[in-house]
Amino acid sequence: MADQQSEEVAEAVFAALADANRRAILAALTAKGPATVTELAAALPITRQGIAKHLALLTDAGLVSPEPGQGRRVRYHLQSGPMRVAQQYLAALARDWDGPLAALANHLNPPKPVRKA
Amino acid sequence: MGFPNRIERTVRIERPIEDVWAAITTVEGLGTWFGNSAEVDLRVGGQATLKWEGGHQANLRIERIEEPTVFGYTWGIFGLPEDDARRTYVEFTLLPDGTGTSLTVVESGFAQLAPDEHDKAFNGNTDGWRSELDELVAYLGG
Repeated sequence: MADQQSEEVAEAVFAALADANRRAILAALTAKGPATVTELAAALPITRQGIAKHLALLTDAGLVSPEPGQGRRVRYHLQSGPMRVAQQYLAALARDWDGPLAALANHLNPPKPVRKA
Repeated sequence: MGFPNRIERTVRIERPIEDVWAAITTVEGLGTWFGNSAEVDLRVGGQATLKWEGGHQANLRIERIEEPTVFGYTWGIFGLPEDDARRTYVEFTLLPDGTGTSLTVVESGFAQLAPDEHDKAFNGNTDGWRSELDELVAYLGG
């Protein structure tokens, strides 16, 4: 069911974003493009082991994927699909109907001027 | 966590149903309480555009007109690209309610997946800027 799939995908994105180091890795891949573990470790205040651990988790979640390569030369790049699903979730939370409906009611029923006695 | 797929609100407005219908389907109405200005081609399949100060705009495709009780349209999901196939469906339902009108709005479809989106999400695709840049390079004879 699409609902269920969407929920799982969005959940993976939010779980990934809940960790500051993973946010830093995703931000680096967004800003500079595909990178190897070594390049990410050089650019970020995270150990090689930490980078490798987070990239494995992000790969399992479908948020990044390793390009073909060998050992230390494997470059990781972002997968934007899951982010777009998470955006749908945020779009629902960000949709404001209360404001427009209040404006509509107000438009049709202008508040009566208050008369001073 | 529950993907919020559907939003529903009902308000009671102390005006006859025809007035409420006009407010949600005409340029004068939509451009006043909803957008800062509006263009409306009121027919099924017609487009309506809402514009706000600051440059934001919403493009509506009118899907259902049953004057004066049902008005439905689809529009894009905020944050997704304009050409994304995913759209939510908004339906206004009007019912006479004593001396006024009961107006319900339902917006649904936030949790939909585009047909191949799930595969794209998980199958290590190489879509996106990298392949588009590759195509540009190929196009330019690089």
